[in-house]
Amino acid sequence: MATLSIESQKTSQIRFTLNGEEVDVSFAPYKTLLEVLREDLGHTGTKHGCELGECGACAVLLDGKAVLSCLVLALECDGRRVLTVEGLGEEGKLHPLQDAFADLGAAQCGYCTPAILVTAKALLDQNPHPNRDQIREALSGNLCRCTGYLQIFEAVEAAIVKIAGQNNSET
Amino acid sequence: MPEEKDSTKSTDSHSKANGHEFRVIGVPRRRVDARAKVTGQTRFADDIFLPRMAHCKLLRSPHPHARIRKIDASRALACPGVYLVLTGKDLPIQYGILPVSQDEQALCVDHVRHVGDPVAAVIAREELTAFEALDLIDVEYEVLKTISNPEEALATPEPRIHEYGEEGNIHKLVALEFGNVEEGFAEADEIFEDSFFYQGNTHLPIEQHAAVAIKDPDGKLTIWSSTQTPHYLHRALAKVLEMPAAHIRVIATPNGGGFGGKSDPFNHEIVVAKAALVLDRPVKICLTREEVFYCHRGRHPVLMKFKTGVKKDGTITGMHLQTLIDGGAYGSYGVASTFYCGALQTTTYHIPRYRYEGCRTFTNKPPCGPKRGHGTPQPRFGQEVQLDKIAEKLKMDPADLRLGIVESSNAMTANFFRLGTVNLAECIRRVVQLSGWKEKFRKLPEGRGVGLACSAYLTGAGLPIYWNNMPHSGVQLKFDRSGGVTIFCGATEIGQGSDDVLAGIVAEVLGIDTFDVRLFTGDTDLGPVDLGSYSSRVTLMAGNAALQAAERGKALLAEAVAEKLAVPRERLRFADRRVFDSTAPEKSVTFQEAICLAEARFGTIGTVGSYTPPKSPALYKGGGVGPSPTYSYSAAVVEVEVNATTGWIAVPKIWIAHDIGRALNPPLARGQVEGSVYMGLGEALMEEQEFRRLPKRLSHALVHKFPSILEYKSPTSLDMPDVITELIEEPDPRGPFGAKEVGQGPLLPIMPAVANAVYDAVGVRIDEVPITPEKIMKALAEKKAGREPRFGPSHFPHVNWPEPLRVPPPWEGGDGNAVNDVARRAKPRPEKEKVLAS
Repeated sequence: MATLSIESQKTSQIRFTLNGEEVDVSFAPYKTLLEVLREDLGHTGTKHGCELGECGACAVLLDGKAVLSCLVLALECDGRRVLTVEGLGEEGKLHPLQDAFADLGAAQCGYCTPAILVTAKALLDQNPHPNRDQIREALSGNLCRCTGYLQIFEAVEAAIVKIAGQNNSET
Repeated sequence: MPEEKDSTKSTDSHSKANGHEFRVIGVPRRRVDARAKVTGQTRFADDIFLPRMAHCKLLRSPHPHARIRKIDASRALACPGVYLVLTGKDLPIQYGILPVSQDEQALCVDHVRHVGDPVAAVIAREELTAFEALDLIDVEYEVLKTISNPEEALATPEPRIHEYGEEGNIHKLVALEFGNVEEGFAEADEIFEDSFFYQGNTHLPIEQHAAVAIKDPDGKLTIWSSTQTPHYLHRALAKVLEMPAAHIRVIATPNGGGFGGKSDPFNHEIVVAKAALVLDRPVKICLTREEVFYCHRGRHPVLMKFKTGVKKDGTITGMHLQTLIDGGAYGSYGVASTFYCGALQTTTYHIPRYRYEGCRTFTNKPPCGPKRGHGTPQPRFGQEVQLDKIAEKLKMDPADLRLGIVESSNAMTANFFRLGTVNLAECIRRVVQLSGWKEKFRKLPEGRGVGLACSAYLTGAGLPIYWNNMPHSGVQLKFDRSGGVTIFCGATEIGQGSDDVLAGIVAEVLGIDTFDVRLFTGDTDLGPVDLGSYSSRVTLMAGNAALQAAERGKALLAEAVAEKLAVPRERLRFADRRVFDSTAPEKSVTFQEAICLAEARFGTIGTVGSYTPPKSPALYKGGGVGPSPTYSYSAAVVEVEVNATTGWIAVPKIWIAHDIGRALNPPLARGQVEGSVYMGLGEALMEEQEFRRLPKRLSHALVHKFPSILEYKSPTSLDMPDVITELIEEPDPRGPFGAKEVGQGPLLPIMPAVANAVYDAVGVRIDEVPITPEKIMKALAEKKAGREPRFGPSHFPHVNWPEPLRVPPPWEGGDGNAVNDVARRAKPRPEKEKVLAS
């Protein structure tokens, strides 16, 4: 009788907060957060371009900080908060970053987009008014082959204005 | 009708051009697929997970060149969780993108030709199991001599990498002469001879190639794949699997970047299709990044020699170009690439006599193919840098020199390409003005400089890959009683915005919003054929097909509405989801009512449109590569800062003007320009597909120097300069609403403009791409030593060029045929398939 291959041995289990919801997941212990998100939790919004920490396409927010999910073992995430592109919008509405990316041509093929969106969110959460150089710096680990980055910078800047407007109207 | 605008942008703003008012075309719009992309809902091939899905991994050759003596997969097959092992004998039929180079096998049968060539496939329940089982396949190789570059290929006819081609390891030789170029040189005041080398580089799409195949419940085959050319994959699958194409469905998933790298039918696609049929379960493969480097099909490394004769005023009297092209291990698009290396030199400046000789060799490296600009960036680099040298010798401003020799609209070139609108002069004037060229050129302090260069590119290849007389693009429209319109088209979304082009054109014609349009694209079952997302063809070709289908539907609706409203048809206007009398807008019906009226009158409303490019006057053999319905033009000025101590090059700013005809959706058009500039800058400064030999004590194999994103340098957000983009919009009547291409052309002037700027900054010529600090330091050392301040190739190896086909140019009474070849004008269509590039 054939033995189960290692991948089928879902011997590890964690509970963590994914996009605001608590989830339990079982998986093979060697799996990365990227793999568990995509393969075990069906969250395919997070992409991969190398699985070696080189391209930035798999970025997610772990406890609010942008990390490369291909370099994080899922086992490290027990009890922690993970935000992916699926959790960016709220109440059926797009996040201002998503709106701006959609309107200003910042997503062409859209493959690097989810990671860039969450990385930009992490930047704005920490610094609501970054300048162009700070935006460049924050996104320098996310490769985009389509846009030449400029429309991405402009979209982030447009979102900054929109978010500031929303915050002002709320207060 | 409910206003289901969701988050789409209002199209209240209008665009105006040529007296016409547009509601959709030319208005900055959220592209139709933007919401899916920013929410992570776009389903790329690797995002497909199906019940019972098995995973596939490929065993790849560790040798650059070897015979396969024996493959024993028994240990792998015995591995728990392994369902199937395929080897070459399971898929022996040869295929390839061009009918003349059917030289690939899905799994090598007895001969591997580069490190990474696949020899076996394992299909297992789990991806990791498949991966681990690869180690259990025993392959016995007999290592053969490796051919590592074209010069070695010329000098080493045996062993042959392929048993076809010109001779030895020469894949393709091209020799064409349009007018007597020696006479042209005799008329010249100055003759310039320069050699250039353009290093190979790769597409580096962030999405790794992936494919999923299933046997449908009814026994047919469906494959989803990140391919730019579902139609050509469809044909290759039918051939290799020996199945009727009608029983195969190819669905091109949105590509996570293509740039030409997903335009060939690939071994992994054929393998998963076969495995799904054998196993009757879904089979997926997703390549690792390293494997993507082995798929390659990227920019050919090209050695070039330009000889150009000019008059004192810069007028070109003749040009002779020779190229030596490193093809890698397979044909791919290489025959077409070899012609492209010589085809478009004539489309920017008037060249009265032109001779082109090109030689593509096989080498034991991953196959080269089409990358953005396909075969034209290399000679464009040489030509534009040489023009800079010519301008300096003639004491002319390089911009003025070019303005004096630009081709004119509707001209016929020496090699019989009919140009469309040519607004290159306007492009040059715009970048000269915007960049402050006159105040900067040769006037900036040492270490800073500006360079200018121009280019042209096809708006779609004028001929298909395989010989046929059918349309290149087809569109079907379904008009639904709900008021919705559905577009069916084979066009493939690779990020360039092809879906938005189709939706925008249809919405404009019918006076609806793009949000009212549904699209089914890139699917060989659901839509009529579109040849694929290559050669910048989709906007013009699929766009014209969509335009025709929409106009036909509009005519039916108009006839029914005219009767209902008792208004002459020609007075009806379609806008804002209404059809109304333009003289009395209150007399109107909704768009939905218009469809219902038409359906009541004519029955179910569906229309079709198709596009076939005009016949090319280039009748000579080889004239099939280069014709296009129209060409785009670009001019760029690049500013650089060069550190003379380190050789480091910084690019603070780039100005580019692009002759686009019309921008259908301006932010997308700008994005294509900026993305091209970005990719060109990467090629200019850092990107290179390099190889090295392993130490002797290992295998001494020729391996990719760094098949990883970390080591293959590409520009990051920190490297990207400010770019000032100017779109020159003079509609070309050949394009839909006047549109020409924008996806590839703007890449082309960047590399030569950088080289010319480096010369302006520090007075050294880097006649080689990429232009690295190391090369600058070497050239500066030469300058300091009083030698020629240059880094670049100094010799061009001997090639036994064939007698050229002699084609008298139009102004010498030529009819497009070669005088020393059979006339091809009235030739009946050959029965068998025939590549037009041969």
